[in-house]
Amino acid sequence: MVASLFDPSEENKAIWVLLESAGVELTDVSFELLAKGRELADEVDWPLAGVLIGDRLEHLNSQVLSHQADEVLLLEHPLLEAFTVDAYTQALYAAIMERIPSVILFGATPNSRDIAGRLAVRLRTGLNADCIDLRMDKDRGVLISDVTGFGGGVVALLEMPDHRPQLATVRPGVFHSLEASAPRSDKVRRAKVELDQSVIRTRIIEQVKGEGVSIGQAPVLVCGGRGISGNFEMLTELAELLGGDVGATRPPVDEGYIERERQVGQTGVICHPEIAINCGISGAFHFVVGIQDAEIIISINSDPNAPIFEFSDYCVVGDVEQILPALIQSLKEERVVTHA
Amino acid sequence: MPDLHMAVCMKVVPKPEEIRVDPETRTLLREGARSEINPPDMNALEMALSIKDEAGGRISLISMGPPFVEEYLRVGLAMGADDAYLLTDRAFAGADTLATTYTLAQCLHKIGDVEVVLLGEESSDGATGQVPPGLAEWMDYPLITLLRSLEIDKEQNVLRGRRNVDGGYEILEVPLPAVISVATAANEPRFMDFERKGWAFEDTQVTMWDAQDLSAESQFIGIPGSPTIVTGLEQAASQERKNIFLDGGASEIADQLVKILRSN
Ligand SMILES: Cc1cc2nc3c(=O)[nH]c(=O)nc-3n(C[C@H](O)[C@H](O)[C@H](O)COP(=O)(O)OP(=O)(O)OC[C@H]3O[C@@H](n4cnc5c(N)ncnc54)[C@H](O)[C@@H]3O)c2cc1C
Ligand SMILES: Nc1ncnc2c1ncn2[C@@H]1O[C@H](COP(=O)(O)O)[C@@H](O)[C@H]1O
Repeated sequence: MVASLFDPSEENKAIWVLLESAGVELTDVSFELLAKGRELADEVDWPLAGVLIGDRLEHLNSQVLSHQADEVLLLEHPLLEAFTVDAYTQALYAAIMERIPSVILFGATPNSRDIAGRLAVRLRTGLNADCIDLRMDKDRGVLISDVTGFGGGVVALLEMPDHRPQLATVRPGVFHSLEASAPRSDKVRRAKVELDQSVIRTRIIEQVKGEGVSIGQAPVLVCGGRGISGNFEMLTELAELLGGDVGATRPPVDEGYIERERQVGQTGVICHPEIAINCGISGAFHFVVGIQDAEIIISINSDPNAPIFEFSDYCVVGDVEQILPALIQSLKEERVVTHA
Repeated sequence: MPDLHMAVCMKVVPKPEEIRVDPETRTLLREGARSEINPPDMNALEMALSIKDEAGGRISLISMGPPFVEEYLRVGLAMGADDAYLLTDRAFAGADTLATTYTLAQCLHKIGDVEVVLLGEESSDGATGQVPPGLAEWMDYPLITLLRSLEIDKEQNVLRGRRNVDGGYEILEVPLPAVISVATAANEPRFMDFERKGWAFEDTQVTMWDAQDLSAESQFIGIPGSPTIVTGLEQAASQERKNIFLDGGASEIADQLVKILRSN
């Protein structure tokens, strides 16, 4: 059997979460990982470390600690100022070999996935990707990951009992973040980082930061599928009237009608709206996982047998081209009345 | 300067809509499900083909899978690839990412002169996207994932690619040889070339390599090479829904919806 570079008997009983920041704030998924990491750490009574990689990151320490990490682990170096998979993987690898933690969680973001994928091979360990839930088996100190099975409806339980560290990635939006509260400690440690320009093979030619669309926390989500034939203007108007945002299934994203950041579902964003309105969507499980914990689900579909209705509270059998304009009209009239 | 040698890693997967779950045993019913080339891998192949159209070069297809995958590799040959390698051996079965990437890496070592390795963004039956970084690591090659466009500069021996991240984009450059993954729907894969079909399906050989051909160490392949184990399958939890169907014409339905929206 393939052996990891260190084994369970050598591990340090600790849980790490790799954090990412955008400007002066940790990203949403980082807060979500801290919350889940806290839960896991409490299950086994191990410490939770929030790991930050970059250059001059101290301003983030208080956010990590107020989100209930037991300590911050800083990996700082001038060559870590911009993300490169080579330098970030090297720095994290060295810190792992120095401190041999049992569990490390990553956000399933483009950059963290690349680091996790390289690290798993370098460490000869396993990586449970896109987990929808995590828990610790207290007696064995083993991480158990839930991963959705193909086609939907089933969840596979994965573990790696004989390999360390136990790596897992989690998509943004899967876990709920905690509110900031009084820190449990003020411990900040620095890992030794030795890097040389020669390890970095990527040259950044151009980088344009985007607006960063984020539909994960919208209170009302109006989603469009193939059945709306690209008419996202109508959906945007409805979403604005309801103080919400617009999401989509994969086909309209692939066809270029709307940004990929708005794709809802297993390979998109997992959302937590109070109300989800599905327009012209058949109800593939890949999509449904992205809205299934909404309090209320309303669906409009011309096919009375569309599977989406099984996942809906209110079902409208009809043509979106008729129902949505009428709904927009009613909402506008209502507004005229209430403002009069 | 020798021709640019590109390799495209292709996986054959069951069609997602044909997989069902046995409600009693909660296992996946894959039997009878038809297969297809993992759709994102078609985008990877198309990217390689368009480089070949413009600048020339040679494309090798690589897949690890059961013997029936051979027919699918021939589709790729008919689209414009030059060689195909099928890594097939009972000992490869049960591979997770670590074992899969090791096996693919052994194949690249054996072929020897591949300068650009293209993969899909993710596989539709795993959807994890971890094979590209894992393969880059076994090869010790630089990596760029989720590329939407690619340029190769043979003179400088670099490749340059654009990827979209967080609503913005970046253009990155790495020296060859390198591993890249191509964003799903980055391009429109072409159809098979009618004139190549006879050659692809009849006249040419798909190279079949087993563990021994690859000098693969048994501890790194298949189940022994896979740290992760599946310990159970559960039904996904789902919330009970009201399933109330609304009646009436469009405007009556609209009024009912407004009431529902406003009372919540
Ligand atoms: C690995 C993998 C990952 C995936 N990840 C995702 C994901 O994250 N998110 C995602 O969404 N999909 C994902 N998919 C795709 C998913 O399986 C489905 O194919 C997709 O969700 C279907 O989108 P849809 O409902 O818009 O289209 P369709 O299934 O084509 O449904 C269109 C619906 O519109 C209805 N309709 C048509 N015209 C009208 C009209 N005028 N008025 C009202 N209704 C109308 C039709 O009755 C039909 O039910 C993934 C697939 C794979 C293989
Ligand atoms: N068995 C395989 N044979 C060849 N290529 C593969 C195989 N598995 C994965 N790949 C490649 O790796 C990409 C990402 O797969 P994954 O990491 O499984 O999501 C796919 O799009 C393929 O290009």
